[in-house]
Amino acid sequence: MPQPHLMIHIVPGKCDYCGCCVGVCPEDAIELMESKIALIEDRCTNCRKCVWACPWEVIEFHREGVDHLPKETPQIINEAVKF
Amino acid sequence: MKNFDYDVIVVGAGPAGSTAARYAAAGGAKVLMLEKDRDVGYPVRCGEAVSHEGVAQFIKPDPKWIASSVSKFRLIAPNGSSVLPKLDGGGYVLERRIFDYELAKLAANEGVEVITKAYVYDLLREDGKIVGVKTLIKDQKVDIRSKIVVAADGVESRVGKWAGMDTTCHIRDMESCAQMTLSGIEVDPDVLDFYFGDEVSPGGYLWVFPKGKDTANVGLGLSVEEAKKKSAIKFLHEFVDRKFPKAAMLTHIAGGVPCAKTNPEIVKENVILVGDAAHQVNPVSGGGIISGMIGGMIGGQVAAEAIINGEISHLREYSKRWHKRLGWRHDIFYNIRNAIGNFDDKTYNNICDSALKLPEDKRTLGGIFRAALWNQPSMILDVARVFLS
Repeated sequence: MPQPHLMIHIVPGKCDYCGCCVGVCPEDAIELMESKIALIEDRCTNCRKCVWACPWEVIEFHREGVDHLPKETPQIINEAVKF
Repeated sequence: MKNFDYDVIVVGAGPAGSTAARYAAAGGAKVLMLEKDRDVGYPVRCGEAVSHEGVAQFIKPDPKWIASSVSKFRLIAPNGSSVLPKLDGGGYVLERRIFDYELAKLAANEGVEVITKAYVYDLLREDGKIVGVKTLIKDQKVDIRSKIVVAADGVESRVGKWAGMDTTCHIRDMESCAQMTLSGIEVDPDVLDFYFGDEVSPGGYLWVFPKGKDTANVGLGLSVEEAKKKSAIKFLHEFVDRKFPKAAMLTHIAGGVPCAKTNPEIVKENVILVGDAAHQVNPVSGGGIISGMIGGMIGGQVAAEAIINGEISHLREYSKRWHKRLGWRHDIFYNIRNAIGNFDDKTYNNICDSALKLPEDKRTLGGIFRAALWNQPSMILDVARVFLS
């Protein structure tokens, strides 16, 4: 079940767009293009598999009220890409 | 792209996709291949090593895409001792950015149309049936119709999921990888190096694959279960700082390799999966170029047969032929991978010591494997099945 608060953050600009995170995501909650990556907030369950899989430590997990959020705006979209 | 109606659309122009497209077109189908990146073959997310025997069944080896010809491999144990067996039949370290181009050209020569910077964002459905793909081509929305969709969209595959196949790779099976192409270093251009042990890559291995005598792909993969504790990039930086401190870094990439059994479903209705998308990777070596091309070839042939016969249900034959050709072997390799994943540094050192006690002419992969079995008897059953089948 999707949770109301997204705690997964993809640090903008650091991503190599390799797709390792997409391969382990059980919810199909990551949109990956040639040089764009985004979380689909409606689907993310904060399971953290993408955080562990990322070879470059680009994806961070922030517990609400515990960890500092990154200053940069995380790339988040609200649903699957509707261009 | 005169009209948007094809027999087969292939999503992804890597080796598996190009090979699927080539054989589908050769079999008589009208084929379109779509690539999300602006270039076929770039960026390269691959160690680039293949066997001569594997690659030569698809394309004549050509110096323009061979960075190094290799005839030996070196297995380096955690204590630094090593064995240097011959590589039966020899192999190559490729220039994938040229190699992938050549494979796409072989497809084009069979009549395949190719579009790059074409991102597939969904399947096209009519009355609940899949009738093609929805794409974004150079930022324009374009729906393209086809009778069959071949998903060759790599480790990040989503096409299969949209068709109702669960292609999620379990984290214990996914290898989280990082690689640099280093130059200004000294390497043996004839030898593939594999480093084992907890310091370099717990449960996986680190590779140094030569591209000439002064350049190499240096990379590693480790299961996500291990990467939880320490990431691939950290392991790689530590090794490179220690081993090649003055190297120039020509490329620096991340990647994921699904070292699993073949995905439980690789055919659903009129959609088939090939290559990494189908988890057609050798689970022991993590190599997926040749096995992906074999999957692509079988998939392409079956897709063409289905079109020519007008029987889409014939696609089920793809799964049968794949499992008969390689899938059964990957199932067994998967069990061997799990056994190797439990090796500790002491086991690797013991295997290396045992191998070094063999006479030099017996230091083959088979000889080393027997030494490994001696140290890990539970692997014997799995191996027996490979050789007795």
